[in-house]
This record gives sequence, structure tokens and C-alpha cells, in this order.
Amino acid sequence: MAKNKEFVKFDNVDKSYDGKILVVKGLNLDIEEGEFVTMLGPSGSGKTTCLMMLAGFETPTHGEIYLDGKVISNIPPHKRGIGMVFQNYALFPHMTVYENLAFPLRVRKIPKDEADKKIDKALSMVSLHGFEARMPMQLSGGQQQRVAVARSLVFDPQVVLMDEPLGALDKNLRESMQYEIKHIHESIGVTVVYVTHDQTEALTMSNRIAVFNDGKVQQLSSPDELYEQPVNSFVAEFIGENNKFLGQVADISGDKCKVKLDNGIEILANPVAVKAKGEKTKISLRPERAIIDPKDKMDNNHKGKIEEIIYHGDHTRLRVDLLGNKDFILKVPNSTARLDLKKGNELNIGWNSIDCRALDPK
Amino acid sequence: MSTEQILSSDGLPLEVSLRKAERKNKLKALFLVGPLFLFLIITYVFPIGDMLFRSIDDRKITKMLPNTFTAIEKWDGKNLPEEPVYAALYEDLSYLKKTKTYGKIIARLNYEKGGFSSLIKKTVRKLGKFEDGNYKEQFINVHKRWGQPEYLVALKNAAPNWTYAKYLKGVDLKFDQNGDIVQQPEDRRIHKILWLRTLKVAFWVTIFCFVLAYPISYLLATLPMKYSNLLMICVLLPFWTSLLVRTSSWMVLLQQQGPINDLIVMLGLAANDNRPELMYNVIGTFVAMTQILLPFMVLPLYSVMKTISPSLMRAGKSLGGTPFVAFRKIYFPLTVPGIGAGSLLVFILAIGYYITPALVGGASGSLISNTIAYHMKSSLDWSFAAALGTMLLVGVLTIYWIYNKLVGIDNIKLG
Repeated sequence: MAKNKEFVKFDNVDKSYDGKILVVKGLNLDIEEGEFVTMLGPSGSGKTTCLMMLAGFETPTHGEIYLDGKVISNIPPHKRGIGMVFQNYALFPHMTVYENLAFPLRVRKIPKDEADKKIDKALSMVSLHGFEARMPMQLSGGQQQRVAVARSLVFDPQVVLMDEPLGALDKNLRESMQYEIKHIHESIGVTVVYVTHDQTEALTMSNRIAVFNDGKVQQLSSPDELYEQPVNSFVAEFIGENNKFLGQVADISGDKCKVKLDNGIEILANPVAVKAKGEKTKISLRPERAIIDPKDKMDNNHKGKIEEIIYHGDHTRLRVDLLGNKDFILKVPNSTARLDLKKGNELNIGWNSIDCRALDPK
Repeated sequence: MSTEQILSSDGLPLEVSLRKAERKNKLKALFLVGPLFLFLIITYVFPIGDMLFRSIDDRKITKMLPNTFTAIEKWDGKNLPEEPVYAALYEDLSYLKKTKTYGKIIARLNYEKGGFSSLIKKTVRKLGKFEDGNYKEQFINVHKRWGQPEYLVALKNAAPNWTYAKYLKGVDLKFDQNGDIVQQPEDRRIHKILWLRTLKVAFWVTIFCFVLAYPISYLLATLPMKYSNLLMICVLLPFWTSLLVRTSSWMVLLQQQGPINDLIVMLGLAANDNRPELMYNVIGTFVAMTQILLPFMVLPLYSVMKTISPSLMRAGKSLGGTPFVAFRKIYFPLTVPGIGAGSLLVFILAIGYYITPALVGGASGSLISNTIAYHMKSSLDWSFAAALGTMLLVGVLTIYWIYNKLVGIDNIKLG
């Protein structure tokens, strides 16, 4: 069966609350059927607003949202058939787990024996069998979370929206829930739109990630592409760790360009967002792409001085003064071949031009 | 389970050392609640105890006619009693005449049966002319009522130290000559009507308050801060105004030449010479009491609604419930504790409300509390007032008990 590439479609959507500031600006976003798409961005970037517009709790100021080819602006929330998991779970505190799950089925007038089967299935999906008679208050945070997920799926919705559902959980639980939600998604193939400001969460769970900033999607791509090939400096800095150099394009030819840094030294970089000589640029380099004492020949080789050593267990982070950037971060895996790391030591650092992306100077 | 005692490091049982460690805190806590406790005892427990006591206490007359009551005890209450009863009565009345305290028994005996006033007064006046012996005949000569058994039955009925006759009177019952409980004569059955009216007014005022307060509270809980604060002040402003001022402003508004009547006439709902009476009847009581008790419904409702996360309604809608279903199945059940608290508060306050019905209620709008006040201030039948007050208290406690059975008192939330 061919999957609908535009199962959910935001078509040039604007949203303003006060008539002065646009929270969402000309948003275009297509989500494929069965996809897990995460909206990632800092708070106030408009991602939750997008989710609320999709759920029907906010109306777009301009533009249309399509669900399975149909315009949904005039459909009230309860007729959209979209499941939703809220930030604080929003379980009905006066109903048992069973009644919480039965609510969406009961309002759809589904016969009791069929409803019971669905509830059974949904509860076993989140491994909460036997908790039917509990009240939400008697459950732990993680269990409440799972009930909320089960409730959003029990009526077989076309799309499930999740609004920072793991925000209130502690770190370990959050990680295990990430996998659990991911597995549920894989096993039932429902379309999920997930909102978070936690990049790890986004990277581990999603098929594609839409990075939001300033009411716009900055980049929409798969997690690995997003991390390794950010298209602009916001994305490069927002996702993962990033070393940056400011400079000016001195020469550009094919897939390489020469960038003259502010201190006069020239380095080779990958021209992603620059096209012509003389353009200002910000260079982004992931810490793990820079290698200490490289054995192979690399495009860039420079000396740096260790400013600070931070022990992280599985790896050690070095803050190095390199080419005038005093906050250059290096990650050294904690292997048996220990380097002699001391504050003030000089290191030979090398990296390839392809990993060193010349982006917009913003 | 192991019965071995756990010892703390200094060798004392753990329980003992825990108690020791907690003692100081307990004392501190006791010291803090002490003043309130005393205050409650003095201003609440003691007066209520006194009231309960007063409503059944009938010892005063027993002390004043000791010999009579001892003698009359043996009488069967049918034919006229024998000589010793009259002799004892003579002895008691002589003493009362000497100490000039006989006035006090007149009122008491008059409650028992009308006609004792003149009977006692005339007898006491002629007491000096009595001769020793054959008191029965002399008494009957002074006043023929001494020869009518019903007066002596009334006297006998007044004998016991304790009586619940006032409670019977509170529900329009009384003891007849034979000591059986019967209804009051029809023209004196007023209390049952009052009780029913009080319950009816309290019930409807609670309903009106609920209907008015629910949307207000909802707005208060959901509006943005700056508007909800303003609305809150609008709700509380009357609350901070003197009760008397508010009631009298209702009198201004509701009177026959008042603005509300003007409006009714202007709208053509009533003729100018046939203005409806909005005051000095039960309408005035309803209107003024609803307005005055409204904050007591708004505040608990508001505090409960404030805790209901808006995402619950959203969840209800996203799961497919229409706004109405989401409200009925999710929002409304969650506000029940507030409704319970508010209704109980308003109902209990309304059932004992005094000033407002006294000022705007007139005769047909006055409540049981007004009768209590009347007996406290005008008729000076304090024990009857106390009996009515006790009945009111028991009524309130019963309502509380029923509520607890139906809804559960831990389901109450005042904020």
C-alpha cells in the first residue's frame, strides 16, 4: 500500500496570538503516514503552537492544515480523531485506569466487549496489565505516562500527538520510556508528531526531526543528517556540541573553500551555506571529528593548548585554545591508550574539510 | 513477626526514645493551640452546653413549690386531689407570698395552661384570710378553678425537674391532661410552617447560589489573571460590605416605589397602580439572601476549579468527547467537592439566617431564627428559644451527617 506522503500537511500556516507577533511564520511541513516526526526547538519557538493547531485547540491565523488530504480548520477537536498525550498526562483523576481508557471508546459508542478487547490490547502494549482498577493517583509517574500513551492509542487514531510527554520523568525512566514509545510506534505504525526541547529524545526516537526556531522550521531531516549535516548555524549549535570559528571566505572551489579566520589563519572547509568569495561565515565542527595527533593526512592541522580537563567517565573532555577559539572542545575516549593530558600541554589537532561546515554567520 | 524490641543506642526502647524526642514538639504544639482551645471552650462549648441544658431545665418551679409537688405525685389525676395537696399548696404559696417571689411561677404555669395568672394572683391576695384546716374547700372558695381537675393536672405536669415539653412545642405538639402527646390547637400550629419555610428558603437559596456561582467561578478560574482579579474583587466587594448595609440597599431596591418596580412598570409587566410586592415577603428573603450568601458558594467552587488543569478538558475533547460530554463527564465531577462544600456552607448559613429575613422578609418571609430571636427578646421564654436553637443545631448536624453518608466529608474542599 502506498503511503501518503502528505498525510499531515501544514500549508503556509501563520499564527499570532496578539495580532502583533507571529509565533509561527509561514510554516510548511509534510508528514508521511506512519512516520515519527519530532518538532524540536527552544521554548517559545512555536512548536507547541503547531501541535495545538493540529489538535484543534488553536486556529491558524492564516494558511491551512490538511489531514489525509482534508482541510481540518473547521473540524472541532473532538471530531478530528487525533490522539494526544499531554505534558502532565491529563489523566482524569476521578476515573480508574480502565475508565480513562474507556472514555474515548464510550463516546464513540463502541460496544462493551469490543471496547474491553481494545483496552486490554492497549494496556498490554504498555505492559500495564492488571492495573485497570487503579486510580491515576495510585500510579507512579512512569505508569501514569504509560496510561496516557495507552489512552491516546486505544481508539486507533490516525495521528498521535505528544506534547513533551516525558518532561516530568527522571532521567533513567525517561530513557526507558523513549525506547518504549519508539517500539510502540514501530509495532503499530501510527503517525506520531512529537514535541520536545530535549535533543537526545528527538535524536533517539524520530524518523525525522523538524528543528523550530523563531516560528520557522530551520531544518527537517533524519536525525543523523541533522546532526552531521546541519544546514545553518542555529541547527549546528542547537543539536549536539559544536565548535565554531568566525571568518571570511577567501577562496571557493568545488566542494572546498578557504576561510580566513579573524586571526588571519586560513583553514579548509566545506562550503554549505556560502557561495562566493568575501562572504562572512561561521564554521561548525563537531568535537568528535577533530582528532589528536592524527596518523593519516588531514586537511587541517593545527596546534592547540589544553585549557581545562573535564573527566566524564566514559570520555574526557578537553577545552583547548585553538586558532584563537578558547572554547574549542575535544572528546577523548577513555581507552587504554591514555594520552598524557595535562593542563598547558600542546596538542596536534587535525580534521578534514568535509566535517568542517561553513554556514551562515548568524 | 519478631517480637524483639528494638533498642536505640542509649539502651532505651526505640518507642520510648522516639516519644521522648517528640515530647518537646508536642508540648510546643499544645502551647500553640492552647489559646484557641480555651477560646472555643469558653465561647462555644460552654454556651451550647448551657443552651442544651436550659432547654430541658424545669427545676425553678420545682424548687418553688416543693411541698405541692411531693404531695401531688401520689394523685392519679382523675378526681380532685385530697386535702394534703391543698395543704402543701397553701404552705408553698404562703412562703412565696412572704418572699414576694410568686410572680415567677405565674409565667411558668401560664405556659402549661392559660388562666393560671389570675388564679394565682387572686389566691395569693386572699391567702391571709385562710384558716387552718380544710384547705381544699377554702381554695375552691377563693377561685372555682381550684376545683377543676385540669388546672391541677397542669400543676402536676409542671412537677418534674426535666421536661422536653419545649421541644414538643417546637413542632406544634404538647402534653394533654393525661400526659399524652397531642397536636397543638389548629390556630397555634405555627412552628411547623416556620420550619418548613426555613428549609424551603435554605434549599432554594442554595440552588440559586449554585446556579449563579458556577459560571462566575468558572470564569474566575479560567480568565487571565488581570481580568480574574477584577472579577474576584467584584465578588468579594459585597462580602466586605456590612451585612446591614447590603440588606438595607436591597430594601431600597425592592420597595414598591423602588427602581426595580419602576423598571417592571416601565417594561409594562405590571400596571403602575398594581406594583408587585417584592419585599416583606418570601421573595425579598430569597433575593437578598441569595445575593448575600453568593460568595460562600463562589469561593469554594473557585478554589476547586482553580486546581482543575485545563488540559483535562482538552484531553476529553481530543479523545472524542463533545464539549458537553467533556464537561459532564470530566469537569463537572471534578467540581463536586466544591459544590458540596459551597452548598453545605450556604445551606447551613441560610437555615439559621436572621438579619436579612428580619428586615426584608416581613411576616411571610421570616424564618425560624426570627422566632428564636422573638422568644429571646420579647416573650423571654429562653428555654423555648434554647429548645428551638437546639433543634436547629441538630438539624444542621443531621444534614452534615447525611452529606457525609452520601458524598463523604473528605470530599469537601474549601480551598
